[in-house]
Amino acid sequence: MQPCYLGIDVGSVSTNIVIINAAGEALSSLYIRTMGQPIQAIKEGLRQIKADLPEDVLINGAGATGSGRYLAGAIIGADIIKNEITAHAVAARQEVPAVQTILEIGGQDSKIIILRQGVVTDFAMNTVCAAGTGSFLDQQAARLGIPIENFGELALKSRHPVRIAGRCTVFAESDMIHKQQMGHNIEDIIGGLSEALVRNYLNNVAKGKEILAPVVFQGGVAANAGIRAAFSKALQQDIIVPRHFAVMGALGAALLARNYVNKERVTRFKGFDVAEDNFRVSSFICRGCSNQCEIVNIEEEGNIIARWGSRCGKWDTLSQ
Amino acid sequence: MKKVSFAHMGYSYLGFKQLVEDMGFAAIVPPSPSPATLDRGVQYAPEFACIPFKMVLGTYLEVLEQGAEIIITSGGVGPCRAGLYGMLHEKILRNLGFDFEIFVFDPPLTGLWRFYSKLRRVVRGAGLSWPAFVDVVRRAWAKLKLLDALEQLASNTRPYELKRGETTRTFHDCLKIVDQARNLKEIASARQECQQLLQNIPRDPGRHPLKIGIVGEIYVMLEPFMNLEIEKTLGEMGVVTHRSIYLTQYTATDVLAHGTMDVRQLAYPYLNQFVGGHGQNSVGETILYARNGFDGVVQVAPFTCIPEIVAKSILPRVSQDFRIPVLSLTIDEQTGRAGVETRLEAFIDLLRERREQMEARPYAALLPGY
Repeated sequence: MQPCYLGIDVGSVSTNIVIINAAGEALSSLYIRTMGQPIQAIKEGLRQIKADLPEDVLINGAGATGSGRYLAGAIIGADIIKNEITAHAVAARQEVPAVQTILEIGGQDSKIIILRQGVVTDFAMNTVCAAGTGSFLDQQAARLGIPIENFGELALKSRHPVRIAGRCTVFAESDMIHKQQMGHNIEDIIGGLSEALVRNYLNNVAKGKEILAPVVFQGGVAANAGIRAAFSKALQQDIIVPRHFAVMGALGAALLARNYVNKERVTRFKGFDVAEDNFRVSSFICRGCSNQCEIVNIEEEGNIIARWGSRCGKWDTLSQ
Repeated sequence: MKKVSFAHMGYSYLGFKQLVEDMGFAAIVPPSPSPATLDRGVQYAPEFACIPFKMVLGTYLEVLEQGAEIIITSGGVGPCRAGLYGMLHEKILRNLGFDFEIFVFDPPLTGLWRFYSKLRRVVRGAGLSWPAFVDVVRRAWAKLKLLDALEQLASNTRPYELKRGETTRTFHDCLKIVDQARNLKEIASARQECQQLLQNIPRDPGRHPLKIGIVGEIYVMLEPFMNLEIEKTLGEMGVVTHRSIYLTQYTATDVLAHGTMDVRQLAYPYLNQFVGGHGQNSVGETILYARNGFDGVVQVAPFTCIPEIVAKSILPRVSQDFRIPVLSLTIDEQTGRAGVETRLEAFIDLLRERREQMEARPYAALLPGY
């Protein structure tokens, strides 16, 4: 049997799973859409990844990350639950050991991570605005009737990208409509949008950060050739897109699980069969004090396996 | 008996409750801020007012509905907007049809006579002599000092606790004990008792917690509901926290005097003027934390707070020059707990890794070829 490790990254837009071997090489990876139903997505993901795994794979450890990490961790029985910033840094460090800057743009957040000599020294995440993330590109592609896969190629064909106000998605959209009505061609508008997104990212998320080479660009949006080109134009340097750019969070979670379990621990991973179990989520508002916390129960086959949401810790113990 | 209330800022409400009651008023103790308080504040506040304004407005609405007739509060000095907030609060509340008196006390050094005449009206209204009033203040001050000391002790204990959450529970027990203590003698024995309680919490002394300094705007720093209980969250992640502002220390240095000179002087090369609020302090205190060997600094800033925005744009330079990681958190009514926790977790990972690397270096120098 080959000892392997599983990483799962449950984000707002996509749910990703990666299986690595002990050397850290990805044996199998999966990228599916969360579609607002994280439990379904996790189950579906486990089913799909199990289907094309070699017989001799034995999961020795599991890690969860992403905004849905606590939910995913409870469902699969993760050994380690880590934030996506650390997970992304760990994965990039393995793929590009000399990396000094990580640009990551996902479905609803974007971040920059600065490393020096292999250690994370600074990071930032978008705070009050989701302009320039994957969801917005999705939306605009749908509005223009262009499959998101072709979006980047079209941007590359742009000769004179128009200037679009990228500060806010609402204004960006009205500005794009205005430019369309002025008669600009679609390539130039998409090219302009790509540049606006990059400009917005560099002026907000990456504000005040020292961007040194090698620069790694990862997250779902890294698939977009237009954004890649806009980044290398704005930064005036080459941008590295790692092989597993879309599933780096999951890869990082798997690596973290490997390192954690390696310290002589037995995994709590419940196996792929949890995909067949029934999970139910229920919530209530605790009236114990003025905080009025929203308490969430996660049930597996009728048993409560996790509960969170209280500030005082009153509901943390699982006894019903 | 007149019913008097005040703004809720952290645990200071116990001190102010005593102050108001000892003056012979009935105290309407403001309820702990909750999502409902914030909702009410947001409803009547200008959209781009900062979150302390909205929260305090919500609190005033709650206490006025409970029958408060007098509100006593502190004012801000310009150039930050907090200087206008007392008047704006009053206007909004009067337009809503409430009838009350409000006393906004600005720092005395900005206008001694104004401060004195306001104070005289309050003290006369209470029917107190000046010596009796001094006595009342002395007791409230002792209580506030005790609360600050206990909060610091709790932050120092939390990362060592064996049972998660026990320090916070004990701390809340302590608050009840402190509330009962009325005179100086009782307050002194409450100090003994509470310190003992906190020291008796079972702990693992073998841990090496990180040390993080917290800088930023006073209200979001002092009110746990506002900063999503940053000190408790960090403490339970294994971090000793220290705030740059504890109410009594701040009152002594910045409200009654012209500020901690060393903090201002440290900030000077980066920010050579008072930009209102705590902007200059945030810069200077970050440097002070770096010098005192802290692992990192977290800045908490209300969204749209100009002084903190100024500080935030300067902190990357300070962080680089003094080699101390800084995390800026912007807080407003949209701020989600999950987002803040993610950032704090990642920040702690960063600090741990950094510390490990720094500890490894001296050893590495001894190993040839390492």
